[in-house]
Amino acid sequence: MYVAVKGGERAIDNAHAWLAEERRGDPAIPDLTVPQIREQMTLAVNRVMAEGSLHDPDLAALAIKQARGDLIEAIFLIRAYRTTLPRFGASAPVDTGAMTVSRRISATFKDAPGGQILGPTFDYTHRLLDFALMAEGEVPAAPQAEANAQDTPHILSFLDQDGLIERALPDDTPPRDLTREPLELPADRALRLQSLTRGDEGFVLGLAYSTQRGYGRNHAFVGELRIGTVEVELNIPELGFSVEIGEIELTECETVNQFTGSKTEPPQFTRGYGLTFGQCERKAISMALVDRALRWQELGEDFVGAPAQDEEFVLSHCDNIQATGFLEHIKLPHYVDFQAELELIRRLRTAAMEG
Amino acid sequence: MNLTERRDWMGLLARAAPARLAELLRDLPAHDFARRPEIGTVMVRARAGGTGAAFNLGEMTVTRCTLRLPSGTVGHAYVQGRDKAHATRAAVVDALMQDDPDTTRATILTPLAQEAEARTATRCAKAAATKVEFFTLVRGDN
Repeated sequence: MYVAVKGGERAIDNAHAWLAEERRGDPAIPDLTVPQIREQMTLAVNRVMAEGSLHDPDLAALAIKQARGDLIEAIFLIRAYRTTLPRFGASAPVDTGAMTVSRRISATFKDAPGGQILGPTFDYTHRLLDFALMAEGEVPAAPQAEANAQDTPHILSFLDQDGLIERALPDDTPPRDLTREPLELPADRALRLQSLTRGDEGFVLGLAYSTQRGYGRNHAFVGELRIGTVEVELNIPELGFSVEIGEIELTECETVNQFTGSKTEPPQFTRGYGLTFGQCERKAISMALVDRALRWQELGEDFVGAPAQDEEFVLSHCDNIQATGFLEHIKLPHYVDFQAELELIRRLRTAAMEG
Repeated sequence: MNLTERRDWMGLLARAAPARLAELLRDLPAHDFARRPEIGTVMVRARAGGTGAAFNLGEMTVTRCTLRLPSGTVGHAYVQGRDKAHATRAAVVDALMQDDPDTTRATILTPLAQEAEARTATRCAKAAATKVEFFTLVRGDN
């Protein structure tokens, strides 16, 4: 129960003023600029865009600055801003097969056409603190090599050609949209993917890890992980054709999972899919594992009671803005609720002592 | 890229860095807005499994604008981001491409296209340098 009370205004104003001062930190240290965050805290910016569900690096960087580096707070700011904008339409589905890749690896095929491209990765670093970064200095340019104009087709398309993996056939039914209608269960895969791609990285990672440890195991191999840019095309009604409205970076993970088969279909590998804005590799892999776990019914598997298989559990709890909103509201005044509890326990104690 | 199709040049203008476009088109010709620059979003869709059913990935910011030059030619722009000056310039160039394609292509679009190609080439060259060249250390006899 909520009762309106007054009296905190001055305290709140002063708290906000102090927050602004704390955000700035020691004035003897130069102020951090939004472009600096955008260019040098790129992976934080990417996470805010992915979970804020809005691709705009400048806004994400501004949100990170305003939130003092609290990424969930930054995501909250982005989600709130997004609701103020009109929507011009929906793009044609992006063609990730035509991606200009900066990273593309497969854990299943060593000699995939197009090769294994490591890209700017933390993999194979020794995870030792690099004290050289505490000093200012120029970074040497990254080496370059001759790039042949070889296409980098999806690696799973080779399994697909041989009929060894379930097919992913195009379907242009307009997908349901979480941001336009409340979540209704059962969800279809499109709704689950939308929910997972904007879901909390930590939550989705934890669920994915739980499937690897046996809670709804689905034996995932990373068939392909790719990071790069794709073109986004929008049909412009006033022109009568579609034009490219921009280029965005995406991370895509396709997993190859254990078989399914039936009396009519021979055994085939199955798929899990992860796709995020920006470079969010851990999130994309996690998303693919959880996507696959949630497909148990469609693939005729048993529900073993694992959290990652439970659509209602996953979709109702993966959004960190909903979660933090409900969690953090309990720190706000609940004086009247608590007063009621207090009176109740006093009465019970009196009754117990008298009885 | 021969930049003869309207969709090609509109795409190039959408991706251009606003500051660079402003350098290439310093002075805007007279124009009337049919639709003032407006910031909004586009829902980006993707496909499950890369090729399957469409789903909503998330939105991106886009600025659009429609204007008319004194000649009566109408220019449209839909550009990535929230830069209204970028959208205005892109719409002006779209209109100029219809009135005077040769000059506009030579002074604005060709430099933009060459720079975009060079950026992509550099990125691909850096990626190529991180390509793994496997070699076999020891192979068994059978």
